[in-house]
Amino acid sequence: MEHYNMNLTLKVWKQKNNKAKGAFETYKVSGISSEMSFLEMFDVLNEQLVAENKEPIAFDHDCREGICGMCSMYINGRAHGPWHQTTTCQLHMREYKDGDTIVVEPWRANSFPVIKDLVVDRSAFDRIVAAGGYISVNTGNAQDANCLPVDKQRADESFAAATCIGCGACVAACPNTSAMLFVSAKVSHLALLPQGEPERKSRAVNMIHQMDTEDFGSCTNIGACEAECPKGISLENIARLNREYLGAMFSGSKEA
Amino acid sequence: MALNSKIPSGQLDSKWKTYKSTCKLVNPANKRSLEIIVVGTGLAGASAAATLGEMGYKVKAFCFQDSPRRAHSIAAQGGINAAKNYQNDGDSTYRLFYDTIKGGDYRAREGNVHRLAEVSANIIDQCVAQGVPFAREYGGLLSNRSFGGTQVQRTFYAAGQTGQQLLIGAYQGLERQVSLGNVEMHSRHEMLEIVMVDGKARGIIARNLVTGELERHFGHAVLLCTGGYGNVFYLSTNAMGSNVTAAWKAHKQGAFFGNPCYTQIHPTCIPVSGDHQSKLTLMSESLRNDGRIWVPKAKGDNRKATDIPEEERDYYLERRYPAFGNLVPRDVASRAAKERCDAGFGVGSSKMAVYLDFASAIERYGKVEAHKQGLHTTDKNTIMALGRDVVKEKYGNLFDMYAKITGENPYEIPMRIYPAVHYTMGGLWVDYELMTTVPNLYALGEANFSDHGANRLGASALMQGLADGYFVIPYTLGNNLANDISTKAIPTDHPAFVAAEKDVNDRINRLMNIKGTESVESFHKRLGKIMWDKCGMARNAKGLTEAIEEIKALRKEFWSNVRVPGDIKEFNPELDKAGRVADFLELGELMCIDALNRNESCGGHFREESQTEEGEAQRDDEHFMFVSAWEYKADSQFELHKEALDYEVVHPSARSYK
Amino acid sequence: MSLTGLFLILFLIVHCYINAQIFYNDGGVRFNEAAHFMGTNFVIRTVELGLFAFLILHIVQGLLLWAKNRSRRSVGYTVSAGNKTSPWYSRSMALLGTLVLLFLIVHLSKFWGPNRLSQTTGHGELPLYNMMKEEFSNMWVVVIYLCGCFALAWHLVHGFYSAFQTLGMGTHRYKGLIKGTGVAFAIIVPIIFALMPIAFYLQWIA
Repeated sequence: MEHYNMNLTLKVWKQKNNKAKGAFETYKVSGISSEMSFLEMFDVLNEQLVAENKEPIAFDHDCREGICGMCSMYINGRAHGPWHQTTTCQLHMREYKDGDTIVVEPWRANSFPVIKDLVVDRSAFDRIVAAGGYISVNTGNAQDANCLPVDKQRADESFAAATCIGCGACVAACPNTSAMLFVSAKVSHLALLPQGEPERKSRAVNMIHQMDTEDFGSCTNIGACEAECPKGISLENIARLNREYLGAMFSGSKEA
Repeated sequence: MALNSKIPSGQLDSKWKTYKSTCKLVNPANKRSLEIIVVGTGLAGASAAATLGEMGYKVKAFCFQDSPRRAHSIAAQGGINAAKNYQNDGDSTYRLFYDTIKGGDYRAREGNVHRLAEVSANIIDQCVAQGVPFAREYGGLLSNRSFGGTQVQRTFYAAGQTGQQLLIGAYQGLERQVSLGNVEMHSRHEMLEIVMVDGKARGIIARNLVTGELERHFGHAVLLCTGGYGNVFYLSTNAMGSNVTAAWKAHKQGAFFGNPCYTQIHPTCIPVSGDHQSKLTLMSESLRNDGRIWVPKAKGDNRKATDIPEEERDYYLERRYPAFGNLVPRDVASRAAKERCDAGFGVGSSKMAVYLDFASAIERYGKVEAHKQGLHTTDKNTIMALGRDVVKEKYGNLFDMYAKITGENPYEIPMRIYPAVHYTMGGLWVDYELMTTVPNLYALGEANFSDHGANRLGASALMQGLADGYFVIPYTLGNNLANDISTKAIPTDHPAFVAAEKDVNDRINRLMNIKGTESVESFHKRLGKIMWDKCGMARNAKGLTEAIEEIKALRKEFWSNVRVPGDIKEFNPELDKAGRVADFLELGELMCIDALNRNESCGGHFREESQTEEGEAQRDDEHFMFVSAWEYKADSQFELHKEALDYEVVHPSARSYK
Repeated sequence: MSLTGLFLILFLIVHCYINAQIFYNDGGVRFNEAAHFMGTNFVIRTVELGLFAFLILHIVQGLLLWAKNRSRRSVGYTVSAGNKTSPWYSRSMALLGTLVLLFLIVHLSKFWGPNRLSQTTGHGELPLYNMMKEEFSNMWVVVIYLCGCFALAWHLVHGFYSAFQTLGMGTHRYKGLIKGTGVAFAIIVPIIFALMPIAFYLQWIA
C-alpha cells in the first residue's frame, strides 16, 4: 500500500465542561501519515497544541484496538467515522486525502451528557446492566461446565450479541437516541443461553424500565444503529428484545 | 525484614485444601461492617469486588475508565487455560501446574502455581454459569484449542475475544452487586495514595478525574487489582491508560516490588509503522495454532512473500524447535524472531518483521471441508476458498483487525509480525494470601508477581486474574480480617488521611507549576526508547548501567521541564498522564537495577552474558533461584530482599522445547 | 404504533378492494353495491368507529413519539449522516404521516363526510360513484390525490416492516419476507388507489 502525507483542517467541538456552552474550533495539522490511526492524528494535534501553550482536546480512548469501547467520536456525520464495523481508534488516515476538512463532534444525546470536549458520560449503560443484565449466580454456585450442553447455533448467536462493546455508537447514530440495540444485545446474549432462562422475563422488563428512566428515545426501527455498530450487532436482537418484553408482559411478569 | 511467603506446609496437592479448611472465617454479621476497597476492575478486580460483595462485605470499587467494563483485560484475545481434560489428551491439575512452572523457567512458587491449577477448573464452571459464551462443538459441549508451551488442548476460548467475554461476565456480577447496594462503584477515579494507619493500609486517596477533586476513602483492607506496567516501554500492547501508579504508590509505602525486570515480549504483534505509533496491537497467540512463521533463507530478499518458493523459506521455529514448532513459549519465539531480524533476514519495509503465514492452514482446512461436503475436487482455488471460510470463522476478527491497521489482506499475503511488550510477570510481592509486605494491602492479578515466574504461558493471565478474584481472595482476606472485626471504620478526618491527601495535593501542584516546555508524551516516548533499547528483549550489564543513569537524568529533566496544560480542578487527561509518567520514570530505574542484578537469563529476562552456544537462555540456579523483592528506601535507593524458591516436587532442569 | 398501524393496514386492504370495483367499468354498479354495504351494515359501521379511534390513536401516539424523540437530543449534530446509515423515509415517518393526514382531511371532506352527513340527516346515501367522476375531472384534485398516495407509499415501506419488527417478528428467517411483502404492499396498494383518480381523469372508465 502506498504511503503518503497530508495536511488537514479539523473542526472540533470544544466544551469546557458540562455547564459551559460549546462551540467548534478550527485547527490545521500537517504532515499526517496515511499509516496513522485517527487517534494518532489527534495525538499529533494535541502535541502541537501543548507546544503552542494551548489546551489540548479531551477525548476518550484506551485500548486502541477496537475492543474496550471507550473511544467515541462522531466524524463527518458518522459515529466512529466512515469505515464499516470499525471503532474510531481503528479508523486509519488512509481514508483521507490531502486538503480534507474533518468535522468531529461528541456523541450527542441528552442521556450522554458532555463532560468535556469530545468526552461524554455513558454511565447510563452501567445502570441499565445493573438493572438486570446478569445471571444471578454467586461465586461457587456453579456445576461442571459441561453439565449443560448448549446448542452450537444458539451459543454462536449468543456470542454474536455478547460482542457488544458498550461504546454507545448506537445511541449516537440513532435519530431518536434510542438505546435499544445496546439493551437488546445484552438481553439476547443471556436469553439465548439456558443459564439465562430463570431470569429471562424479569431481565427484559427491568432493563427496559431502566432504559426508559435514563431518558433514551424510543426505537422506531430506523436501523442506523445497526449500520454504525462497530461490532455488527444485528437488529434481530431488537426483534428478540421486543418478543422477550411482550412475552414477559403477557405472562404478567412484573419488575423485580 | 524477613520475607515470609506463608506457604502452608504439607503435600503440594493438599496445601490449598488444608488452608481452606483451617483458615479463619468472618461471620455474615461481621462482614457487613467490614469495608473493602478494590482498585481496578479488570478480571481480578471485578471478580474480587463481585465475590466479596456477594459474601456480604461492604465494597468500594474504583477504576479510572468511564466504566468498569473497559479495563484492559477486555483486550485479551486467545483464551483461558483450565485443567479440565475434556479432550482426554492427558491433561491434569499436575500437568497444568508443571507446564506453568516450566513455562515460567522455574522462577515461580510451587505452592501458588499448584493452587492456580487446582482452581482453574472452577473458573470455567463459574464463567459458564454466568453466561460467558465460550466456543462450543456441535454436540453442545465446550471446545478447546492449543496454546504455546503445552502439548495438550486445555485452552477455552470465545473466538478472539475471550478476555472481553470473561470481563463482561465479571462486570455483570459486579453490576449486580452494585444494584444490590453491596458494591459502591466509582468510575473515572484514580487512586493516588495508600493511607496508612498504625502500620496498616486503611484507605486510599483517589482523584475524581471529572472534577479533579481529591477524595478520601476508608477501607479495612485495600486490594490493588491494577494490572501491569508494560507501558513503561511507551509502545506496548497495553491500553493507553494502563499504568503503574497504584502499585508504585504502594511500593513507596512499604510494599516490596517483586521481580520488576520480568517482562513478557509477545512474539506476534503488528510491527511498528512509524514514529507516530502510539500503541502496538497483538495478534493472538492462538494464530500460532495454524500460522507458520518464516523468513526468507536469503539475506535481504526483497521479493514479495508469495513469490518466494517453498524451498527458499526458513521456517525457523520448526527448524530449531521440532517438538513444539510454532507453539514454543512466547519468550522463545520472540527471541528467535529478533535473532533472525538482527541477522538481516527480516521482511517488510523496516526489515524488523517476520511472516506469519496461513496458506498451508487454509489449504489443509479447505481439503477437510471439501471432503466434508463430498466435493472430490482438486481445484486449488475452490479448496482455498473453502479453507478461507474456516479460517475466517476461527480468527475472522483478528484478520479484520490486521487488515484495518495495515491495509493488507492477510488471507492473501502473509501477516508481518514482530515482538512487542505485552505483560509484566513482575509486580508487587505478595505472600500466599496475596498480601503485600504492607499489612492489609493486597495485590491481585497482573499487579502481583506471584504465579508466572519469569515467563507467562499464553492463556494463563486470564486464569490467574480470575483465580485470585473469585477463588483465592475470598478465603485469604477473611483469614486476616477475622482479626479486624472489632476495628471500627476510621473517620476520614483522621490525621493520616489529612496528611496523605496533602502529599497528593502537593505533588499535583508541583507538576502543574513546573510550566516547562516539553510535553508529558514526549518524556514518555524518551523513557520508552531507553527501556526498549537497553532493558528490552536482550539486556547486558553495560546497557543497563547506562540506562539507569539516563533514566535518572530524564527524571530530573521531567521534574524541571514538563509542561502540563489546563487546571487541576477539571477534567484534565494531560495531568492524569503526567502523574503516571512520573511514576514510570521511577519504576524504569528499578527495572534496570533488577535486570542488572539478575545476571542470568530466565524466561522473558535475557542477559546476553548468559546464553548457551546455540544462543538459548541459560539459567543460573545456583545463584539466582530466588525472587527479588525490592524495598523502597529513598529516591534511587532500593534494598534487595531474597525469597528463596524451594522446589519440593519439580526438579528444575534446562528448559527445552526442542 | 405497531398494533394501530397493522389495523390501518388491514383497513387499507378493504378500502382498496372496494375501490377496485370501479375497474369493472360497469358504470359503478358493483362499486355502489359495495359502498352501500359498507355505508349501511351495522357491524361495519361499528368497526368504523373503532377505525377512527385507532386512526386518532395512531396519530396522537405518533406525534407524541416524534416530539419525545426529538427532545432527547437538545444539541443536534452539525454534520448529519443523511442516507448513509438509514433510508430517508424511515427517518421521515412523522412528516409522511402528516402529509397522509392532510390528504385524509381533504379526502374525508369530499366523500365520507358529506355522505355520512346526508345519511344522518335523513337524506340517504349520496351517489359516490358519480361524485368521484365529477371530482376527478378536476386536475388539481387528481394531483392532490396522487401526492397523498405517494406519501402513503413511503409511509408504508417503513411502516409495514416496522410494525412487524416491533412485534418481534424481524428474525433472521422472516426479516426478508416481511421487508419484501412490505415493499410489495407499499407499491401495489397505493398504485391501485392512485389509478382511480387517473382512470377517471383520463376517462378510462365511464
